[in-house]
Amino acid sequence: MVRRVTSSPLTMLGLFIVVIILIAALFAPAIATHSPTEVDLVSKLEAPSAEHYFGTDEVGRDIFSRIIYGTRISLRIGLLVVLIAFPIGTILGAIAGYAGGRIDQVIMRITDVFLSFPGIILAMSIAAALGPSIENVMLALAATWWPWYTRIVRSSVMSIKHSEFIEASRALGANPFRILFKEVIPNSIAPATIQASLDLGFVILSAAGLSFIGLGAQPPSPEWGAMLANSREILREAWWAATFPGLAILFTVLGFNLLGDGLNDVMDPKQR
Amino acid sequence: MALLEVSNLKQHFTTKKGFLGEKTIVKAVDGVSITIEEGKTLGVVGESGCGKSSLGRSILRLVEPTEGSIKFEGEEIVGMSAKRLKELRKEMQIVFQDPYASLNPRRTVRQILEAPLIIHGVGDKRERKELIENLSGKIGLRKEQLSNYPHEFSGGQRQRIGIARALALNPKLIIADEPVSALDVSVQSQVLNLMLELQQEMNLSYMFISHDLSVVQHISDKVAVMYLGKVVEIADVGKVYDTPMHPYTQALLSALPVPDPTRIRSRIILQGDLPSPSNPPSGCTFHTRCPMATKECAEIVPPLEEKAPGHFAACIHV
Repeated sequence: MVRRVTSSPLTMLGLFIVVIILIAALFAPAIATHSPTEVDLVSKLEAPSAEHYFGTDEVGRDIFSRIIYGTRISLRIGLLVVLIAFPIGTILGAIAGYAGGRIDQVIMRITDVFLSFPGIILAMSIAAALGPSIENVMLALAATWWPWYTRIVRSSVMSIKHSEFIEASRALGANPFRILFKEVIPNSIAPATIQASLDLGFVILSAAGLSFIGLGAQPPSPEWGAMLANSREILREAWWAATFPGLAILFTVLGFNLLGDGLNDVMDPKQR
Repeated sequence: MALLEVSNLKQHFTTKKGFLGEKTIVKAVDGVSITIEEGKTLGVVGESGCGKSSLGRSILRLVEPTEGSIKFEGEEIVGMSAKRLKELRKEMQIVFQDPYASLNPRRTVRQILEAPLIIHGVGDKRERKELIENLSGKIGLRKEQLSNYPHEFSGGQRQRIGIARALALNPKLIIADEPVSALDVSVQSQVLNLMLELQQEMNLSYMFISHDLSVVQHISDKVAVMYLGKVVEIADVGKVYDTPMHPYTQALLSALPVPDPTRIRSRIILQGDLPSPSNPPSGCTFHTRCPMATKECAEIVPPLEEKAPGHFAACIHV
């Protein structure tokens, strides 16, 4: 399995980026050169230099340090949203696919309702209704994300539910709970796990988007989307204030996508 | 008392066609009566689609029978409570056709064999370990192989694992649904011989479902021939193979290769395809393809009658 990861250069690049982001998040205080929130009006809007690698913003905060601390916020959002949405979606999808009939109908119609809104609009309205904060953005994103896993898991459950090993389990007298968790879910979860690793990037992107329009992280929090929003007005004088948070988002999303795609090839147990 | 007594079992499936749902009823099993004695093997043969697999699944209540009665050691299974049914599952098990589909690819052999013991709360961890190792010895698996995954084994080995899983709870009856059809001929005999050895050792009864007449002849004590959801002939294996009565059985057996070059083979070729079980022919369902069919055959449903001592057939011309 390790060899299959290392043999693909793109997967390795994805892994490399993700590891760098993890290191940045874990050791943020050691890596950051300045405080992420300390205002220093004397050195405001300074261009990138040896003192301030990525320059400073309109109130003199060090952009490099803010981006490093921002990895913590973004990773936390990505992980928590996926960790909430994934189990909910998986379990509902597995129940819908395995039970079929009316239970399937009810679960999938609810799923359809959620999917019939554009995700970001739904998340916006939830976040706006709950009030702007990081926690509410996470709730809003989790609420819009689970239906995708439900659909993926349901369809893979449907394709295996008539397998003989599941029938064998029924013949042995296993209860539906055991069949669902020991037989059905382990064999239908792989496509959804891959989707989840891809989604880490997309969730971070969406959260940045919500923060950009003012529904997520509030100043002075070093959240990348919020930083982008702030730098909008000073784009002409200070290109660096928008460029570096933007690049941070770009590389994070790219890293998780490349890694997710690579995992896609590796997760098949028959190729182990 | 017979170990298993099935009488007038019917297994009908309703399928909806199209958007507006025109319902059709498929009579997969239509009034089958069979018995299996302790320690004996009943072979069930027939073309694919004749309902032999549905019969097996129906007996185990993997699908709910539509009508009829299934008695295991005198106890009625149809309509039995879920709790009692779970108890009874220890006594009757199934071995599947496809050894690649019947084992969960994400569990080790040890986990697969432990599952029946856990489900029925047999022993503690150490006792279960011992039982599993004992079981794997019976099917010729080394202890180290227990931590391997199914895909690391050959078809024959996998099928033996499937048999071990079925045997884990010391059942009395095994329904073997085409257990060797998916295997190479050389491996088939290994698995068959293993099944015969285990039968002797554990006093097992088998219901052996197959479309392979030679395999059935080798393993069975009694044979039931099925056509379109009905048993058309049932008797001891010797009687069915030496003096087949029903024209369908005769046609099937005439296709069997005989290792005797001097014997002239008169092969009976059946015309047409197996009719759809959702729209079976009137009267005797075999009359559309029967070389002996007369006008009455389209009208009279032939009952399964004892035509000679211990030899039952369903044909008005015998």
